[in-house]
Parts: sequence; C-alpha cells; structure tokens
Amino acid sequence: MKPVIRVQNLSKQYRIGTLRAGYQTLRDVLIDVIRLPVRRARATAPSQYTTIWALKDVNFEIYPGEVVGIIGENGAGKSTLLKVLSQVTEPTTGQVELYGRIGSLLEVGTGFHPELTGRENVYLNGAILGMRRAEIEHKFDEIVAFSEIEAFIDTPVKFYSSGMYLRLAFSVAAHLNPEILMIDEVLAVGDAAFQRKCLNKMKEIREDGRTILFVSHNMQAVTRLCKRLIYLSHGVIVDDGPSDQVASTYLGSRLQSTSEKRWEINSDAPGNDITRLCSVRIRNEGGETTDTIDIRRPVGIEMEFEVLEPGHVLVPNYHFTSEDGVYVFVATDQDPEWHRRPRPTGRYISTAWIPGNFLSEGALRVGAAVSTMSPVFVHFFAESVIAFQVVESHEGHSARGDYAGPMPGFVRPLLSWTTQFQPSADRMSEVLVGERA
Amino acid sequence: MALPDTDNALSSTKTNRITSTAIGGSSDGKFSIPDKPLVVIKASRSWTAVGWIDLWHYRELLYFLAWRDVKVRYKQTLLGVVWVVMQPLLMTLIFTVFLGMLARVPAGGRPYPLVVYTGLLPWTFFSSAILGCTYSLVGNANLITKVYFPRVLIPAASILARLLDFGISFVLLAGLMLYYRFIRHYPLQFTWQLAVLPILVVLVILFALGLGMIVSALNVKYRDIGVVLPVIVQLWMFTSPVVYPLEVVPERWRTLYFLNPLAGLIEGFRRTLLGGELNRFSLAVSTVATVIFLASATFIFRRTEKSFADVI
Repeated sequence: MKPVIRVQNLSKQYRIGTLRAGYQTLRDVLIDVIRLPVRRARATAPSQYTTIWALKDVNFEIYPGEVVGIIGENGAGKSTLLKVLSQVTEPTTGQVELYGRIGSLLEVGTGFHPELTGRENVYLNGAILGMRRAEIEHKFDEIVAFSEIEAFIDTPVKFYSSGMYLRLAFSVAAHLNPEILMIDEVLAVGDAAFQRKCLNKMKEIREDGRTILFVSHNMQAVTRLCKRLIYLSHGVIVDDGPSDQVASTYLGSRLQSTSEKRWEINSDAPGNDITRLCSVRIRNEGGETTDTIDIRRPVGIEMEFEVLEPGHVLVPNYHFTSEDGVYVFVATDQDPEWHRRPRPTGRYISTAWIPGNFLSEGALRVGAAVSTMSPVFVHFFAESVIAFQVVESHEGHSARGDYAGPMPGFVRPLLSWTTQFQPSADRMSEVLVGERA
Repeated sequence: MALPDTDNALSSTKTNRITSTAIGGSSDGKFSIPDKPLVVIKASRSWTAVGWIDLWHYRELLYFLAWRDVKVRYKQTLLGVVWVVMQPLLMTLIFTVFLGMLARVPAGGRPYPLVVYTGLLPWTFFSSAILGCTYSLVGNANLITKVYFPRVLIPAASILARLLDFGISFVLLAGLMLYYRFIRHYPLQFTWQLAVLPILVVLVILFALGLGMIVSALNVKYRDIGVVLPVIVQLWMFTSPVVYPLEVVPERWRTLYFLNPLAGLIEGFRRTLLGGELNRFSLAVSTVATVIFLASATFIFRRTEKSFADVI
C-alpha cells in the first residue's frame, strides 16, 4: 500500500535566541551590522545564538486509514512536527510528501472572533481551515446540528460558555473532510454524549480510509484511540510501532524502570543472611513478561527469592505506588500453604494476581519486600524496582462505559449495579386512578 | 514551503474536487491516493516564485478576512456604519474651521471644504490602510502559528476592508459636489480628466498594498515599525497636499515636493475632481514608486513569511 504521508529526514532547527526573545528590535539589528566586521575579523568567535534541533532526522510513513498517535514529553518536538506537517513553519532540512488534503484541529476555534455570531464564525473558521464557501453552505446545517447549539447560532460567541464554543469549533473542523486529520488534545471537550459523538466521527473518518494523527502527551488517551504510536523524545523518534509496544518503551524511559529486574547471585542483591531477592517481574495471563496490561486483564507480580537460612516464617509483600509517589496499596502473601509456616532453604517464586477491571489506567511502580510478621522485621525491601502500565482501548466494554474522557482515581472496578425504580407522585396517582377505574 | 510544479498543482485541484463531491454523506468518501504528492514540504530558498495557484485557491479567505475586519470594526458601536460617513465629515469640518476659516489657508478660489475633502479622501484611505496593516500580521498571530494559508492575505484583507470606507467616502463626495454645484452655485466643471480618476484610485490602492505588506512583514520581527509609523504618517500628511492645495507650495520647491509619491496622487485626485492641470511628472513618480514598492514588498514578504510562525 502507498503511504499518505511520507516524512524523510525531517529536521527543524531553532535558534534559542529567537525562541526566547520572540522578536528582535531594529536596534539589535543595527548593532549586529556594526559589529559584523569585528566578528568577521575574529573568525573564531562563537556564534551569538545557541541552536537546538526541535526535530532531528525524523522518518516515518503513514498509510490511509491509520490512526496514529504521536507521544512524547513537553518539548519533545510534537508540536513542531505538527507545525511542519500543517505548513505553518518550514523544515530546516528534509522533506514531507503529502498525498492528501491535510486538516488540522490544532487548538480548535482558531480564528474564532468573539464579536461575531456563531453563524458568522462557522463561515470564517471554515474558510480559514481551507473550506470553500459553497462547501460550508452545503454543510452548514449538519455542522450546527452536530454542535447541538442551534438556539444560539445567531448569538455572538463571546456570550457562549466555553463548552458551547468548543463544540461549535470542533463541529466545523470535524466536517472539514480532509484526507488527513490532525488532532491535538481535543477530546476533552464537552460532556460524555458529545465525546461519544466525536469518537464516532473519528471512527467514520477512519472507515472512509482517511488518516488521523493524534498528538498528545496524555498516554492514556492516545493508547485508547490509536493502534500505532510514534514516540518522540528531544526531536528524535525513539520508537514507532504497535501501541502497547511503544507505550512500554515510553513508560520505561519515563519511569526509568522496566518490567523485570534481576540480580546476579553474590551481587548486591537486596537481602540478608536469611533471605535474598533474585528477581521481580510483571507477567500477563499468558505468562509473558510485559509492562503494558489491558485494563480488563489480570496482571501478575512475581518475585523470586532464595531462602538461605531455614526456620523463619517469611511473608512476601508488594508495594504499589503511583508515578508521583502516592501509595496506592500494599499486598501481602495470602497463600494458605505457607501461612505461618517456617520456610526451608531453597528458591521460591511468589506471584500475586491483580484481577482485571480493578486498576485504573496509568502507570504503577512496584516495590517488593519479604518480612517476618512477629516480631515485625523487614528482611529486604526493594522500593519501586519495576513498573507497569494499565492501558485501555476504546473498543470493547470496560468500567468506563460510554465515557471517553479522563477518569480520575487509582482503581476502576467494574461493579455490579442495580436500580430500584419508583414512579413519581403524578404517575402514582395516575396508576391509582387507573386501578380504581 | 515550495509549491509543487504545475503538474502536481493541477492534480491537487483535481483531488480537491473529488473530495468536495463526496461532501454530505461521510461514508462514501473513499479516496484514492494520487501518484504524485499534492504537497511537498521542504525548506525553500530565500526567493521563491509567488504561489499564484495557492492564492487563487484561498481567494475566498481574503473575502472572509476583510468581511471579518469590517464586521468587527463596527460591532458594538451605537452608530455602526454611520461612523464611516461621520469620520470624514467631522475631519473636513475640523480642518475647515481651523485651517480654512481661522488660518485662512488659500484654496485657490475654490470652496475650502471641497479642497480639503478631496485631499482627505485618498489620504484617509491610505493612512488608515497602512496603520491597519502594521499590526495585522501580529494581531493574527494565533492564525499564523496554527494554520497554513498564504500570509499575504492578512494585510491584503486589511486593505480590502478599508475599501468599503473609501467607496462610501466617494458617495459622500458626490453629495458634497452636488451641494456646491446646485445650491451654492459654485461653477464645478467636469472634464475628460475625470477619466483619470479610476487610474489614480487603483494606484493609491496598489501603493497602500505595497507599503502595507512591507510594514506588516517588518513589524513581525521589528516591532519598532509599529511605534514609529504613526509619527511618520503624521509627518507624511503635512508633506502631502492634504489639508492645503498644491498652490501653497512655492514653484521652485515643486519638483522636490513631487518626489513624494503621494503628493502627485492626492493633488491628482483634487484636480481631476475640481479642475486644474494634471502634473505628468508627479504622476510618473507615483507610478514608478508604486511599481517599486509592490515589487520589493513581494520580495520582502516571500523572504520573511516562512519565519513568521517562528518569530511572531
């Protein structure tokens, strides 16, 4: 298949001076001109500006119908890449070939003017995004219906709530029908029903064989929507591939942690003369070591330790903390077979299974410890040695139901719900009257 | 941001047509990938050809931007478009009272209000267009850093928006002239020279466009322009025959005086309307200056526009 976007050796250099100062004054330039001969004379003088590469030798191809997420920390080059793709800024070297019309949804509502009415802004915004007047007229009713603000279409948008404003803006952009649509964190717009509509619209776009580029530093949102991710860091592509694979690379580099940690025997492994840690890892149901787990699937935390001195009651336990260091929970060994039973020497593997549909999306660090409970004594505690990430794709059923936005909290159990219904008083009397008659 | 060669550009319009026929229903819009890329994005050389095809494609945006400027200017004003009429009338009144009646600026036997109005007519358009252009690009920074379109549309739309006021001022002029001809019985005579007026109108618009493009582009990088320009414009007004007729300028200084391209244009406006011989030398200067300004504006704009998004 032929790609719809082909990016070859793309680089973009910025002078930090320009980034910081924003603009030069004429005086600076005049001074530069005066100094120029002096600087020429001292050929070894360092350049006045430091330069940085916002993008460096970026190569990728995107095929029709793909939904690709571009992730990376702030300053990784994501927005620069989008700006180059949307022809807002020129690359320094390299090139991009576009085989379709590109429409960007960068900060929806670009060009909306607060003094103009909703109707006027639809036309203005449509024209700015590259739509023909006839095209906008043709789709006007559809756009307004999609935004659900028919009643206020002739009100200046400065009187709109921010939600109404964004809905209208998103509707215009969603009806742009480009072959390539670039979206920059917009799905946090509006209520659940509107988000669902947006997701459906994206699905439609994808099924049309159009391409969506989704840019975000919100890993959870991106893994939910995209099958393929491109991970940028300091202007360089670190990883490009299936979502779970890239998500795990991203996690690994961000938490500086892996899904498995081993210690060589006789090394500085955590432990004492009684017991010593050998390894800790994350496993999925299939037994594979992984650091990316689907939210619906169970995840196993496994530690291998060696008992060097017999006769002690040992309780393995795990400590789960969030990315920002908040304690989420502690799990202690519940295996009845070893309950209060002194352990002979040898190697042990203790696995704790966290059920599916229990943790919420996001990354968790895991610490592993072995303790004796009476009296309390900690033999070793390897803090935050490994980490894993719970991800969710928006296909299939999970505890988030039809809601597509961010859901706070460390746990997201799939609960069983019941409903009791009591008709309102009016209905009650109707029913009673009905019964009497 | 070089445009592809003509072949590619043609295939671009073709594909766009295919997609726009697939509007409405959203599921029947499968598109096939063209053999050649629609757009190739790469570093351009400093001097690239003007993207005429691009400009044509975005012509409707020019209209929408100008329309926005007009709408926004008179939104939330009590009098609305009445201000378009009021502004030049008030200016004429002020100058008539202070210069015509108090300072007794000679009007060459013509009614001073007509003399000053025919000068203010092109001048007001020119100065408001230039000053409007100065911050046009900077004021639209949110567009420039987010969406691609030919940047020249922004100052061009700013000028286009002022054309409405320009046109309305002409209607007002017609009223004034009728008043002086039939009620005050001032002998106004229209000659073949009136045919030159449209040429002068085009010249003043193009001159404003050229200068407007230059100041808007330079102001993106050097904000000094925006600060110093109002002063220059003020000075320019007094070195042009706006509030006084050319006759006030001593004969021996006229050649020097006409090196100001606006002098010939403004005095030309006055003489085509009120009578008097047109000065060929001054009009030649204006024409040459307009061509030079437009050419250098195009050059400066093409050179700087690729970095607008980075420095704005």
